[in-house]
Amino acid sequence: MGYEEIEHTADWALRVWALNLPELLSEAARGMNALAGVKLNTANRALRPIHLTAPDAESLLVAFLSELLYLAEQENLAFDSFDLTIDAKTQDGLQLDGVLHGASIAEISKAIKAVTFHNLHIQKTPDGLEATVVFDV
Amino acid sequence: MELKHLRKISDYEWEIPQSYRHDMRASVRIFATRRLLEQIADDQSLEQAVNATTLPGVVSPVVVMPDMHQGYGFPIGGVAATAYPHGVISPGAIGYDINCGVRLLASSIEYEAALPYLDTLATLLNAYCPSGVGSEGVVRVQVEELNKILRVGARWALKRGYATEEDLERTEEGGKLEDADPSQVSERAKQRGREQIGSLGAGNHFIEVDVVEQIFYPEAAQAMGLQEGCLAVQIHCGSRGLGHQICTDYVQSFQHAVHKYGIHLPDRELVCAPMDSPEGKAYMAAMRAAANFAFANRQLLAHSARRAFEETFASRFKKEWRLRQVYDIAHNMGKLETHAREGQRLRVCVHRKGATRAFGPGSPELPAEYQDIGQPVLVPGSMGTASWVLVGTEASMERSWGSTCHGAGRVLSRAKAKKQVRGERLREELEAHGVKVRAGSMSGLAEEAPQAYKDVDMVVETVTHAGIARKVARLRPVAVIKG
Repeated sequence: MGYEEIEHTADWALRVWALNLPELLSEAARGMNALAGVKLNTANRALRPIHLTAPDAESLLVAFLSELLYLAEQENLAFDSFDLTIDAKTQDGLQLDGVLHGASIAEISKAIKAVTFHNLHIQKTPDGLEATVVFDV
Repeated sequence: MELKHLRKISDYEWEIPQSYRHDMRASVRIFATRRLLEQIADDQSLEQAVNATTLPGVVSPVVVMPDMHQGYGFPIGGVAATAYPHGVISPGAIGYDINCGVRLLASSIEYEAALPYLDTLATLLNAYCPSGVGSEGVVRVQVEELNKILRVGARWALKRGYATEEDLERTEEGGKLEDADPSQVSERAKQRGREQIGSLGAGNHFIEVDVVEQIFYPEAAQAMGLQEGCLAVQIHCGSRGLGHQICTDYVQSFQHAVHKYGIHLPDRELVCAPMDSPEGKAYMAAMRAAANFAFANRQLLAHSARRAFEETFASRFKKEWRLRQVYDIAHNMGKLETHAREGQRLRVCVHRKGATRAFGPGSPELPAEYQDIGQPVLVPGSMGTASWVLVGTEASMERSWGSTCHGAGRVLSRAKAKKQVRGERLREELEAHGVKVRAGSMSGLAEEAPQAYKDVDMVVETVTHAGIARKVARLRPVAVIKG
């Protein structure tokens, strides 16, 4: 499980890998926080429930990270721990339910405008799943 | 892409023929020198331009400007026209920062006389023009008021005393795109916009005070109010979180639309819908609302810049401090336009992403004072380097869908720029060269260092030699405000 920044001329790209889809989403969120230079106020922890549906895994990843960007901008919250379950057998495709654990943002150095679908493919690897996410900054 | 696949038309113009890849529906026309092409050969710019030719209804050619660089889905510096009404509109071919653009204001204050007060001016501009990550704007509006802004754009600012009639006349589309519909904008987007109207944001957005260093086309400069040796102000920003959210919403919903309409694309970020479909109409109405928000946003920032100029200079300079608008132009937009092609008049949606509209002389869209010279084109350089004022030409109408370049264009990734440049050191160097700097983040400053960009002069030489723009004036920065 991990992430690394990779070269992209104009924007930011992040390679993420994990054992399964919930962990891949969690790790991508941590990577996004690192790219944006997010530092949390450790004193007051906060929880937020989350519920999302998406037609496929890539769309779910984009929707999940976009939700976190929205919460960062509107509620000044960022999250570093995630309890996520994903049901793959709904009529809408994939359904994510869970709880985000985090705190208010003490410092953020970079604005991420959006999470893109550019060349986004969640691929199976011998160790689990891997994807490269490009962010518009 | 290997450059051997390109057909040379001239030293400044190249083509990727439609035969290059089986799924291309159009050729690609590239305005670049060989040297500029070599700079971008290692990234995905040209492949992304080829991908753009697969959009259903695209009309040949897809055009790429010399400041091109790799984007996501569609290259930065790209222009694609799709036939109206059955062709598609693609949110990713316009970008997340809908109507990101540049406004230029000119004064009659001579640089030498202003020099002792530039520190004060930079501090006041920084104070009155909110910038930085998630910055909130100079006014906070309720949803009803925001809906008015989304419908009428900069016209809203006129009614509130933040604009003049001349400002609107000298703004693309008069600062208001027709047929914008706030009901097609999500509540989330509105929530983000409500708090950010009148703010600069972060990233590559800036306010810059320049001195008009050299004039190349005196008649045009006079019409624009640009005087050699005098101060001018550039404002570069867009539709903030509201535009980002609209693009995010529609790129997600169009993932379904492409299946519904049987559209096959090489990159999901290019998702699109026919303009005459319910999905296409909804996006166009929302995109126009975001564009109107951006026009109003730059208008409020111009108002704040005028306040800073007045407080710094009004007691020392009689009328010279007044900032008159030169022009306001978008470089991320989708617009319905009529273009002549092979003797026919075509109604097309011109997607410009990191490319500037550049209408030639006589275009009915231009105000009376610009009818003879063509539309002003504002080309900001990288921080600390020159910027340019150009005008559109007859050739830009004929060969590039009435478009030209939009800036210097990145050549280094942000990560590499941060490794090579330290923000504090860069600020010291800029200050040593007479550029006052106010920046919210030193790492953000480093990412936007001049070394991260192509040579803007080379970009401008390319478009002017190719004939798709004409030089009017070169501007030199003397103060930069960045988020």
